[in-house]
Amino acid sequence: MVDVTHGVAVPVAEVGDVELYHPRSWVTKYVFSQDAKVIAIQYSLTALSIGLVALVLSWLMRMQLGFPGLLSFINADRYYQFVTMHGMIMVIYLLTALFLGGFGNYLIPLMLGARDMVFPYVNMLSYWIYLLAVLVLVAGFFVPGGPTGAGWTLYPPQAILANTPGQQWGIILMLVSLMLFIIGFTMGGLNYVVTVLQGRARGMTMMRMPLTVWGIFTATVMALLAFPALFVGSVMMLLDRVLGTSFFMPSIVLMGEQLKYGGGSPILFQHLFWFFGHPEVYIVALPAFGIVSDLISTHARKNIFGYRMMVWAIVAIGALSFVVWAHHMYVSGMNPGFGFFFATTTLIIAIPTAIKVYNWVLTLWRGDIHFTVPMLFALGFIVTFVNGGLTGLFLGNVVVDVPLSRTMFVVAHFHMVMGIAPIMVIFGAIYHWYPKLTGRMLDDTLGKLHFWVTFVGAYAIFFPMHYLGLLGVPRRYYEMGETAFVPPSAHTLNEFITIAALIVGAAQLAFVFNLFWSLRHGRPSGGNPWRATTLEWQTPETPPTHGNWGKELPVVYRWAYDYSVPGAAEDFLPQNQPPMPRTP
Amino acid sequence: MGIIVIFMVLIAAVAFWWLSRQRLTAKPWLEVGIIGDVGGRWPPTLPKAKIGLGVFLAVAGSLFALLVSAYSMRMAMVDWRTLPVPAVLWLNTILLILASVALQTAVAAGRRDDFGGVRSSLLVAYASSLAFLFGQVLAWGELVAAGYFAADNPANAFFYLITAIHGAHVLGGLVALIRTTARAFDGPETSPPRTIGELRLGVELCAIYWHFLLLVWLVLFSFLMHWANDLVSFCRAALT
Ligand code: HEM
Ligand SMILES: [Cu+2]
Repeated sequence: MVDVTHGVAVPVAEVGDVELYHPRSWVTKYVFSQDAKVIAIQYSLTALSIGLVALVLSWLMRMQLGFPGLLSFINADRYYQFVTMHGMIMVIYLLTALFLGGFGNYLIPLMLGARDMVFPYVNMLSYWIYLLAVLVLVAGFFVPGGPTGAGWTLYPPQAILANTPGQQWGIILMLVSLMLFIIGFTMGGLNYVVTVLQGRARGMTMMRMPLTVWGIFTATVMALLAFPALFVGSVMMLLDRVLGTSFFMPSIVLMGEQLKYGGGSPILFQHLFWFFGHPEVYIVALPAFGIVSDLISTHARKNIFGYRMMVWAIVAIGALSFVVWAHHMYVSGMNPGFGFFFATTTLIIAIPTAIKVYNWVLTLWRGDIHFTVPMLFALGFIVTFVNGGLTGLFLGNVVVDVPLSRTMFVVAHFHMVMGIAPIMVIFGAIYHWYPKLTGRMLDDTLGKLHFWVTFVGAYAIFFPMHYLGLLGVPRRYYEMGETAFVPPSAHTLNEFITIAALIVGAAQLAFVFNLFWSLRHGRPSGGNPWRATTLEWQTPETPPTHGNWGKELPVVYRWAYDYSVPGAAEDFLPQNQPPMPRTP
Repeated sequence: MGIIVIFMVLIAAVAFWWLSRQRLTAKPWLEVGIIGDVGGRWPPTLPKAKIGLGVFLAVAGSLFALLVSAYSMRMAMVDWRTLPVPAVLWLNTILLILASVALQTAVAAGRRDDFGGVRSSLLVAYASSLAFLFGQVLAWGELVAAGYFAADNPANAFFYLITAIHGAHVLGGLVALIRTTARAFDGPETSPPRTIGELRLGVELCAIYWHFLLLVWLVLFSFLMHWANDLVSFCRAALT
């Protein structure tokens, strides 16, 4: 091994010039807190709560598809509203907020050996604006006309026309909520990026950062650049709706009446939307990739295979995902030359993604695999992701995309890659880091039950859906009507899917119960129950107190993956463990 | 979409330059011991606030680049009708340049510990920025008086939207400028070096932000005046 210490003794108290803000009262400590750990928990709880709303919406949709008419309050309009709110909440208010606002806030300072985020006050504002965004979104359910039913892509002109549900207030609240979310996210995002750039402990080089931080960091940079597109699109649509401008609205005759709009371009919105929408897929995926790498390495007691390649792949995916935004617009008809260019880049992005999958598998290869709950979820992620990726290659192809893009096949595909797969990682991560947050383990038996029901259940839901798509069952249809080409067997299948969805949903309630129950009754975990190397497990106290590190900041001597090192006393070496003195 | 592509290429270039200095080809599994970052500097020397502002400008830059891209995409469609650009925009442009120059002067004065100079330059910057905003409102008034309403056609709507978003950014900057100015009037001559350092940094951050606002405005202005389009068609003609 190369020794880069150069024999220089480390100064003892190299505490950075972080001036900590010290909370004075209960309110500033737990409510308006500027401590990234508290903010992380606030973000996570809010995101999980609104996620439960989206889960309930998915039950309602499935009830309608499996047992049409049973729930009489669901009509076509309601169904569209459920689809829209479910999709939007899941993608933005749950996944994005939880990965970046939740895990980002908790893990970045702790994993990098910082005392807190660099701009704690702005960080606090970020959460409160996010909460406001969520409240505005939820308000949509209570206003006259209900929430918008325009689909999560909010395509104009339909989104603001009178025959779309939620046209009165729903769409306005949705757009305002998105704008708030973006403002709040930007405040948080500035923190995550600058903390990674400036807040690392001594010795923590970029190439020593755990892949979790690499994933969150890159995703944040992407989100900071991509969300403005959604912001611009939302502002313009809001003006179209409220002031009657025509950014996106062509002249339209609706029910024999000429509307006041004229001269707008709906395609313009689609460009803006997908400039955000495509990177968004990877904004959700990259943190998941990073976290999974760390879970696998820790629970298989092996260093991650090809760390450097993993970092490069993350960066490459981040860069490429901006180039491919137009592949979503095959259906909207564009120059075939462009179509070819975008199809090619879509396929190219598969290369770094495939590299990551190989490296995970090679990390597992001959590892000392502990089938803990986090590990199970990590494995579940890999299987689901590969599976969804294969159907994605199908869709990345222009010719196949056009007939399938409006069917349940697409629904099944994106639920696999960007629904179930990231959710698996979120669960794995919660089981993994919960002991650090609370000092107690989550219940193992309940956890395993949760995993198996969710994993098998997800397949029971989404596998048959591919088949429905191939049969031609369209998406966003609240009932089949007289569609002669769909055989009656499709209906039995639909009933089966719905029952599976209800069971999977019930399993999530068991998980929520576990979260609260273990808070009191869980097995005490100690500071480092997984015997992991990364810094967050080396805090002097568990749960870490304000300032994280007591008097002295940690000093980093090695990378994050020293597991099963030959000759070491234990089978892991924490990142802050100094090198052993060399025997002459 | 040209502008946003150029912008993203610029960002990518910066990102690559930075990444290239992070020893991405290192083999961290072989290196045990303390390695500083490039040059072994720890803690980092650049102030956090400056990096933070830089990142924020990238976000705001993306916002404006997308706005202008959407604008030019819409302009390229056949049914585009222009609106007359009020002459007062020329005056406003000069005012914004003045503000930018004044802030740069303030930075220089701060380096010389000439706090009187800092104060007067900050005030000039403040006044001319306010005048700029006032001028923008005048321009709106002029258009409205001539019957160009936002809801009439996309050209009008874009004009109001672009100027409004830029104006909002100026307004936000003014808040920071006020706070910095207050600090400059708070007797820095007798303060400890640390407070003086903070003042200098604050002035510098304001200056950077205003240069950014000016740059954005010049790009926007050139689009509003249709020079940018003429330039593009000129290039296209020259190439074919
Ligand atoms: C057990 C869990 C889930 C079930 C049963 C479920 C079910 C559904 C159903 C029935 C639809 C409507 C299909 C249609 O008629 O077009 C849908 C749409 C959607 N779901 Fe899920 N979903 C689940 C989880 C998720 C997750 C975790 C995500 C996160 C990414 C997600 C994102 C979406 C999106 C983006 C749409 C499309 C909305 C639209 O078409 O506008 N879903 N889901
Ligand atoms: Cu995409």
